[in-house]
Amino acid sequence: MSNKATLKLSGLEPLIVTPESNFVNIGERTNVTGSRKFLRLIKEELFDEALSVAREQVEGGAQIIDINMDEGMIDGVEAMVRFLNLIAAEPDIARVPVMIDSSKWEIIEAGLKCIQGKGIVNSISLKEGEEQFKNRAKKIKRYGAAMIVMAFDEDGQADSYERRIEICERSYRILVDEVGFPQNDIIFDPNIFPVATGMEEHNNNALDFFNATKWIRDNLPGAHVSGGVSNVSFSFRGNNVVREAMHASFLYHAIRNGMDMGIVNPSMLEIYDNVDKDLMTHVEDVLLNRRDDATDRLLEFAQTVTGEVKKREIDLSWRETNVNERLSYSLVKGLTDFIVEDAEECRQQFDRTISVIEGPLMDGMNVVGDLFGSGKMFLPQVVKSARVMKKAVAYLLPFIEDEKGEGESTSAGKVLMATVKGDVHDIGKNIVGVVLGCNNYEIIDLGVMVPADRIIREAIEQKVDVIGLSGLITPSLDEMVTVAKEMERANLSIPLLIGGATTSKVHTAVKIDEHFTMDQVIHVLDASRSVTVVEQLLGSKKTDFILKTQEEYKRVREHHAKHRGQKQMLSLEQARKNKFQIDWENQIIESPKSLGVSNVSVTPKDLISFIDWTPFFRTWELHGKYPAILNDKTVGKEATSLFKDAQEMLDKIISENWLTYKGVVGIFPAEAVGDDIVIYSDESKSDSAYIQKSMRQQSKKAPGVPNIALADFIAPKETGISDYIGGFVVTSGHGVEERAKEFEADHDDYNSILLKALADRLAEAFAEYLHKKVRTEIWGYAIDEQFDNSALIKEKYRGIRPAPGYPACPDHTEKIGLFELLDATARTGVELTESLAMMPAASVSGWYFASEHSKYFGVGKINEDQVKSLADRKNMELHVMERWLSPNIH
Amino acid sequence: MTDLHKILQERILVLDGAMGTMIQRHKLEEDDFRKGWFEDHPSSLKGNNDLLSLTRPEIIREIHSEYFEAGADIAETNTFSGTTIAQADYGLEDAVYDINFHSAKIAREVADEFTAREPNKPRFVAGSMGPTNRTASISPDVNDPGFRAITFEELLVAYKQQALALLEGGVDLLLVETVFDTLNAKAALFAIEEAFDEFGKKVPIMVSGTITDQSGRTLTGQTTDAFLISVSHMDLLTIGLNCALGASMMRPYLQILDKNAPFGVSAHPNAGLPNEFGEYEETPELMAEQIKEFLDEGLVNIIGGCCGTTPEHIKAIADLAVNYEPRKRELHEQ
Repeated sequence: MSNKATLKLSGLEPLIVTPESNFVNIGERTNVTGSRKFLRLIKEELFDEALSVAREQVEGGAQIIDINMDEGMIDGVEAMVRFLNLIAAEPDIARVPVMIDSSKWEIIEAGLKCIQGKGIVNSISLKEGEEQFKNRAKKIKRYGAAMIVMAFDEDGQADSYERRIEICERSYRILVDEVGFPQNDIIFDPNIFPVATGMEEHNNNALDFFNATKWIRDNLPGAHVSGGVSNVSFSFRGNNVVREAMHASFLYHAIRNGMDMGIVNPSMLEIYDNVDKDLMTHVEDVLLNRRDDATDRLLEFAQTVTGEVKKREIDLSWRETNVNERLSYSLVKGLTDFIVEDAEECRQQFDRTISVIEGPLMDGMNVVGDLFGSGKMFLPQVVKSARVMKKAVAYLLPFIEDEKGEGESTSAGKVLMATVKGDVHDIGKNIVGVVLGCNNYEIIDLGVMVPADRIIREAIEQKVDVIGLSGLITPSLDEMVTVAKEMERANLSIPLLIGGATTSKVHTAVKIDEHFTMDQVIHVLDASRSVTVVEQLLGSKKTDFILKTQEEYKRVREHHAKHRGQKQMLSLEQARKNKFQIDWENQIIESPKSLGVSNVSVTPKDLISFIDWTPFFRTWELHGKYPAILNDKTVGKEATSLFKDAQEMLDKIISENWLTYKGVVGIFPAEAVGDDIVIYSDESKSDSAYIQKSMRQQSKKAPGVPNIALADFIAPKETGISDYIGGFVVTSGHGVEERAKEFEADHDDYNSILLKALADRLAEAFAEYLHKKVRTEIWGYAIDEQFDNSALIKEKYRGIRPAPGYPACPDHTEKIGLFELLDATARTGVELTESLAMMPAASVSGWYFASEHSKYFGVGKINEDQVKSLADRKNMELHVMERWLSPNIH
Repeated sequence: MTDLHKILQERILVLDGAMGTMIQRHKLEEDDFRKGWFEDHPSSLKGNNDLLSLTRPEIIREIHSEYFEAGADIAETNTFSGTTIAQADYGLEDAVYDINFHSAKIAREVADEFTAREPNKPRFVAGSMGPTNRTASISPDVNDPGFRAITFEELLVAYKQQALALLEGGVDLLLVETVFDTLNAKAALFAIEEAFDEFGKKVPIMVSGTITDQSGRTLTGQTTDAFLISVSHMDLLTIGLNCALGASMMRPYLQILDKNAPFGVSAHPNAGLPNEFGEYEETPELMAEQIKEFLDEGLVNIIGGCCGTTPEHIKAIADLAVNYEPRKRELHEQ
């Protein structure tokens, strides 16, 4: 192509489309006309969730996001402005350019006034005549945007090759010659129409598009071509295999003819070469209009189409290289098959065995470290590399022992790792340990539920250089403060690292930093940051690094104090007045099919289809949504390989009965009294079995938005209506610890972490499975519901299952009552630690609410008056209540 | 206008230095900001430097003279805060036209005097258009990220008024500077085009952004190259950077502009970073040493100073710049 078209766009970061660029994906999900979910979110003003739709697209590989608010029921200008303003506050979304998509000029112009980067207008055309076309183009130029021009004129939409090129050429000449519009900023949309519709006049639709695209790129210098790809397969809605094949083939031909961007759903894209050849022939017969009966043949063939998995052959050619290269290859690829053999061969070549570790093995690990540091390797690969390293070292150690006296291996430093007292979660801690281990740090891992005095004693005895604390549940935050205070008392002047899901820079800066002056306490966001942090803390630039950290924490504290001052809070009484209102008189409340407590048994096979895989990948710091993540441009390969390992282990977990699954469920009559939910053991309601004290949101809301408490979802006593609540505890954690220890003994942290991550997924799947059983059988209020797993994950069903310790009921102490009510420890073997973490870790508990109005929410910050009220109602001393709720106290 | 374009091909032009730093040397009091214009104004006006073009024009005139004397080719008008938005803090929205018109006129007169004296070194006046104290891309309320304290529309009205008054006062070019929010700058550029339509004449435009720290981004999060792309719809005289960073820290971002900009490139850095008292202490010699690196690399077409720089700094820079060729990579690729 002789077309030197460079299109420069920007969000927070540049996007430069050159003739050499690959096809540019424009995300299509933030479009109310194309996504029912997005429409609902905008209609219901759930902008936070709407933002996650945008974020998912960017994470999923969209290089531009198309935003469309054209819907009769919403104020398009207002929605566009609000959404764009919100996006501007989210750097991970705002980094990509925006496409402002509307058929209404006022929405387009309002959008253009919100974006600091250079976006794209979608679209204008000659539909309303030349005058208006020119005026709008001039305005767009002045706002500094590129634009899509539809092949549309006063006579209608172009539907043939000739009309397409006629309209595009006329539009181009007006824009370039009369308006002075930069030719590189013109993008034509020559209309993608469906094929295989059964109507003969549609048979050439795709071919006309390809030819028009080629003509535009050959004859209109600078101009680009885009289009909405999913239109083409409209006739095959419901058959995704055929649709994906059609998209793959359409794009293949369109791109070859010069289409350089398009609105697509990345999860509906198949790779051209991966499509079954037979299917492809049938598809291309249609797209390229190669035979008269092409449509009929494809329709027929479509019936037989099933997905197929491709086989892979193992390539062993790397075995031909020299031993150093082979060691490095094994480390980088995470292969253990030949490591002992190669380590032995290498040992023969050196006088001292230690040289094998310090030489070729460390060289290999350095390659791994560099690749990880530069984002070319991902966490699961690094953990696998560590496994290889550990195996090699374990093999070589006896030889080193024999050669003693010849010097010891020098580690970069000693790091003590522990999950704090009361907490049992250790996946993150183990990952950090492995990553640091890979970088030549010696790791002393004290395991889980480690009290402060033991951490300090071991740190002194073992002369460690750094302490790393981990924890997942909120009470662990407090325990970390305790450890910091104890370190201070013991004059232990070494750095303290803080990590884990509930920890944050803000908590570290505001709550921990002041108690620890002996050295620096520092929050580590994830495993990939741990190496640089420890390196700096132990290196020559420590003073600089600490100064920088202190400055940063000072800023965080100031910002926090300011933020806190700005947050407007209601008194508990005011918040209660603004409770979530349900019109109870007109509610239908189904009586449960069975009341009382019963055990639940399940086989792992029942759980497979309920697994939500996305969080599994997040555990491994691979970000993206399943299944799209498997095809992700950056992490797709690694995600696929990890997923394969997970599937293999899952097969073994099932076939070899690695784990035991136990659950308990109970449904009880209940009524709301104020913020309390009084729970009875039977319909006579003579004795309350437990009173759940729910927490109410207290921050000031926008007009019309309620301050919710879980109690609002249960019919109040005074209505006299019979209502119910449920509770459950499930676990898939029995058996995990023993098996993980076996892996660790075999130096196999990878499989140990993999197992724990899978057990967590199975526990969540168990909870999801049981919830469904409750909805359709045990309680039976939604007997007819039919959802697939992705709908389950999106929580489309009726009713919720909030868990104590999570946002809707942050009070962990409610777990005690729940467990007693269900006799859960005896029935499931799940115990509560002193911080009220569930042990084994792969366990889930929660309440069931069935109201169609019930929904997940976050209690957020509360005032002292509510803390007092809760302490009174729970008969707990105020300072004890304060300690449990400290993360939520304003 | 063609003059400036032509001269820019031939030599490096020198922009003047800080106005505020020079005004500080005069140790002015509240009365100086009121004299003859705002005697009865109800609130304090001290520190509103733009007013001095009206109340103490001789001081502003003298500062322009000192900078021209030091070798500057371009003087910036004393109008950094000359919009209704910035003046609203003082309740002086009504003074905006006078501030801009008179500031432009003073600079024009001084520039013409110098040009008459040295016809081979013509002096120019750049109408300074600051970022205002509001940002169109960020909410000032952390609890409501969708909120905006200022809109594009409001910025457009304010900037258009400023641009027209500067044009009427006789500026040779307009300088949209210290851009920390590109959306503010885009509103300014939109306003300038509307002002050109109304005024019936165009002048060259310089845009200068501010990279806040070593992340290489503007306050509102744009990378240097994204910032460049976002304002490239205008046919600018130069794109550049000023303020926030000292010369040495600015260099990597100038390299990005140098590599990608289809326009000239300008830089007017601060005299280093402020010390703990907020003072700039980099000496003219030290600053010139760092700027020499820009010149050795051929990064700039226009060079000057921002916060903390003085006629001494500008002299050091001008003495240096005269020995160098301007940046040549002004490729108008399509």
